[in-house]
Amino acid sequence: MESVNSPTTSELRKTPLNGVHRRLAAKMVNFGGWDMPVEYPAGGGLVAEHKAVRGGVGVFDVSHMGDIRVHGQGAGQSTPGAGGGGLGAVQHISMNDASKLAIGQAHYSALLYPQGTFVDDVIVHRLGEDDFLLVINAGTRKKDINWVRENTKDFDCVVDELSDAYTQLAIQGPRAIEVMRKLTDANLDSVKNYWFTHGTLCGLKDTLIARTGYTGEDGFEIYVPSDCATSERVWAQVMEAGREFGIIPCGLGARNTLRLEAKMALYGHEISETINVWEAGLDRYCKMEKGDFIGRAALERAKSDGFKRTLVGLEMIGRGIGRDEYRVCNEAGEAVGVITSGSPSPTLCKNIALAYVPPTLADIGTRVFVEIRANKCEARVVATPFYKRAKKVAAPQAAKMA
Amino acid sequence: MAYPANFRYTKQHEWVDVKGDIASIGITDYAQQELGDVVFVELPKVGSQITAGKSFGNVESVKAVSEIYAPVSGEVTEANEELHNTPEKINSDPHGSAWLVKVKLSNAAEVSALMDAPAYEAFIASEKGKEASA
Repeated sequence: MESVNSPTTSELRKTPLNGVHRRLAAKMVNFGGWDMPVEYPAGGGLVAEHKAVRGGVGVFDVSHMGDIRVHGQGAGQSTPGAGGGGLGAVQHISMNDASKLAIGQAHYSALLYPQGTFVDDVIVHRLGEDDFLLVINAGTRKKDINWVRENTKDFDCVVDELSDAYTQLAIQGPRAIEVMRKLTDANLDSVKNYWFTHGTLCGLKDTLIARTGYTGEDGFEIYVPSDCATSERVWAQVMEAGREFGIIPCGLGARNTLRLEAKMALYGHEISETINVWEAGLDRYCKMEKGDFIGRAALERAKSDGFKRTLVGLEMIGRGIGRDEYRVCNEAGEAVGVITSGSPSPTLCKNIALAYVPPTLADIGTRVFVEIRANKCEARVVATPFYKRAKKVAAPQAAKMA
Repeated sequence: MAYPANFRYTKQHEWVDVKGDIASIGITDYAQQELGDVVFVELPKVGSQITAGKSFGNVESVKAVSEIYAPVSGEVTEANEELHNTPEKINSDPHGSAWLVKVKLSNAAEVSALMDAPAYEAFIASEKGKEASA
């Protein structure tokens, strides 16, 4: 069980739905200074929640995540599509190419330090020509807003810290879209993966509805006003709409096992201020060719220097669960790496992990040994992601929609 | 779930069932609820010694590793290897078929230092009270 030694629960931050989680008798935990539900025993707990998302639909309160809006000052831009101070600022601090985003589109990116290591990972949403919403991690809210303000002050832009303005819910699973159709009249079928729209949801006009998530399943994230009454009303309506699909509330425990199976990074584990983009294997989100950005020069050097470690997937072969921070040894028994995230996989019924190892041990099939207390337990390097959701096969119903 | 009257209990949520000089040891219903779904058990070898108050194995849920502390001292005469294949029994039958080990008591007096069922139930009621107000 997570320690609740310090700070005391009364010192932890709470989302607007904290009362709901406690009334549901959720098991609560301190996550990055937030009093959050790790699982809901009444609904079956972590494994049941994980399976609900993979097979049906689940809902997560992720209001602890942060939101930063970066937008230009200028009323009109010189060239349509060119963007101005807002785009310039985002391009400077974010490694992915925001100029390639259409309005209504989002992408995964990261804010980097000059050394090419991670301030945080982020989902960048293009709200307008020169208007961007960055959704960031809970534990890095303060650090990120300071970083964004400091590093965009030479751009003609405005930075708004909006984290406390929103209650954010993630509705995830193959049946999430059916739940959403009951809550909004927005045309969800035209919102592809990693795109978003604004529409009336639960009677709330102009609500941001994004087809994003952290589970490896289809799903939506919605951003509603953070006052308690609205937040609780929307939660209740989501639960009611999802009832026929077996929706259950899901906590951070399932959030972690789901994202791990899908090989999605968690800040402080796979990415951090001491790990660079190449080591973390996030090359495809780093657009070196777009022009300069913070960290680019260091990454260029790091590429030619070569790297000492690389992120791989492991599957436990011996009897044992390799967990976060357990050491990884080579055949000679020398500790050469470390697990960043490790857990039983409820979907695969195996024990899996992500780990940093020397590049010489990164080939699929390589045998390594995980130190589990007094023993060395055999594991094998495997391909990732560990789980990938099935692509929808063309069916008569799908043809109707086309 | 009821707490058997003939068992004795520890503050670390283990139970002991003594028959002659053999003690069966397991974790309580309260412990399995706190853990969630058990996926893995690590038990000591038959023939090894366990010492009262010291850790002698682990029970793992998806989320966490939980050490098991010996309520009494003695030599392990049996380890419930079946739990390796069916760890979920610890959730469904913590006081019965999911006993963890049997030990030959080296100091029977240690048993009398443990809580009886009413004392244990009072103890967990106060634990729950602490959690609710936390």
